[in-house]
Amino acid sequence: MKKYILDLQVVEVSRPHERYVLLKLTDPNGPLPEMMPGQFAQLRVDGSATTFLRRPISIHYMDSTLNQIWFLVQIVGDGTRQLATLQPGDTLNVVLPLGNGFTMPHSVDDRILLVGGGVGCAPLLYMGKAMAEMGCRPTFLIGARTQKDLLQLDLFAQYGDVYVTTEDGSYGEKGFVTQHSLLTGSTKFTRISTCGPKPMMMAVARYAASTATPCEVSLENKMACGVGACLCCVEDTQHGHQCVCTDGPVFPIEELKW
Amino acid sequence: MVNPVMTASGTFGYGVEFQDFVDLSQVGGIIVKGTTLNPRQGNPYPRMAETAQGMLNCVGLQNKGVDHFCEHIYPTIKDLPTQVLVNVSGSSPDDYAECARRIAGLENIPAIELNISCPNVRQGGMAFGVTPEGAASVVKAVREVYPKTLIVKLSPNVTSIVDIAKAVEAEGADAVSLINTLMGMAIDAEKRKKLLSIGTGGLSGPCVKPVALRMVYQVAQAVQIPVIGLGGISCATDAIEFLLAGASAIEIGTANFLDPAISQKVAVGINEYLERHGIADVKDIIGALED
Repeated sequence: MKKYILDLQVVEVSRPHERYVLLKLTDPNGPLPEMMPGQFAQLRVDGSATTFLRRPISIHYMDSTLNQIWFLVQIVGDGTRQLATLQPGDTLNVVLPLGNGFTMPHSVDDRILLVGGGVGCAPLLYMGKAMAEMGCRPTFLIGARTQKDLLQLDLFAQYGDVYVTTEDGSYGEKGFVTQHSLLTGSTKFTRISTCGPKPMMMAVARYAASTATPCEVSLENKMACGVGACLCCVEDTQHGHQCVCTDGPVFPIEELKW
Repeated sequence: MVNPVMTASGTFGYGVEFQDFVDLSQVGGIIVKGTTLNPRQGNPYPRMAETAQGMLNCVGLQNKGVDHFCEHIYPTIKDLPTQVLVNVSGSSPDDYAECARRIAGLENIPAIELNISCPNVRQGGMAFGVTPEGAASVVKAVREVYPKTLIVKLSPNVTSIVDIAKAVEAEGADAVSLINTLMGMAIDAEKRKKLLSIGTGGLSGPCVKPVALRMVYQVAQAVQIPVIGLGGISCATDAIEFLLAGASAIEIGTANFLDPAISQKVAVGINEYLERHGIADVKDIIGALED
């Protein structure tokens, strides 16, 4: 898949949560390139003295009709804090699309479970949209600490059924995603794709293994180049050290040493 | 070479990773990832820590070995429209020599760069590069079996880089490249933990440029063979500074991570500088500092 360096223009900036910023961007010079759900972009951070490298951010949503790409960025350090200061009309330099992406359903009858936690929910929205366009209806299982940490449930609900757990029980079922009654019900899923905190993904991977459900996880190891050149972001896999940026970020669980 | 701009080993993969961003025919050469006689897994994750105007890495020469390179990678890169050089590393003079000998048989690889300066492997690597005797022993062994252009990449983690440069020149090196990364460390104060898996790593990026520039200047004064300058070059002006300091060519490293198209931009920018100053040939600015 051809990769591009683009100067995108910020269309809209919102703060759905104190720790997140939602950036909506367009390419003023033409249609955005084709991108796969689960792929990511490297965002250049200007104006932060302590930030040197680009920030790898998953593609949250992509709409070719609007010619928009969305990034949901969790504000963690100086780099992401700087990204949150972008204003409509500003330019953001990005390298994209990078990485492999999620496995798409093979048939419209596939029952795909998309499990997200925190900012890891971001790429699942675009995955849900792409699946809906194929005629599939995904099932979303979203975990958060509390009700106020749940973002954009209405957007997910456009494309599939949404199930929720919160750790304090303030919304949905109380507990972790792997404790949701959906997983002990009668539905047999064709595949599980998950993105979120590592302990959550490990728990999902254990559940998948125990039910012999194919499962893939999206990793976010610390990254420099994003194109497989520096070998910094490696994950120790059954095939040795592999680059999360090019061999991933999505890996089938059987390839990992979890 | 069409111009004096090359890409540094370990920052540009095998070149093909960057073909969406760079017209390789507009770049003088690419130096592909450090290659060793036997496959190496490299160091555990985490291998990278961001620093102010730079980054530390401790990748540790992960590669699939020279035979894999010759059989599987070389056929995919031998016809790239630029000069393709191979960076060679090892843990003994014999290792280096055997690896070099196997690469010498590859028609479209006109030169190798000997990495006697990797700070991230326990055995060998930088150990050879920190004494004139150690550096000379590797170059001597390789020179016996490698007839093509032999570049030796020098470590800045030494008392006198000039002495090392003179030692490898005396053993028949055709050129030196400098600097490799500066050994450094990063710590997470909140977690009270080292940020790199092996504790230390090599520092690169704009923060090392003044050190690199000084060393290139000193070495260029002291040796007759060409000097290739690298260390923090991020734009054409940086590259020109190295040429003025005495480098005959330059390598772009970490800057490839920030802007994958930077190598071609630097080549264009050097030409713009020459035009602006009415200089016909880039050779005329090599070492051309005025008092």
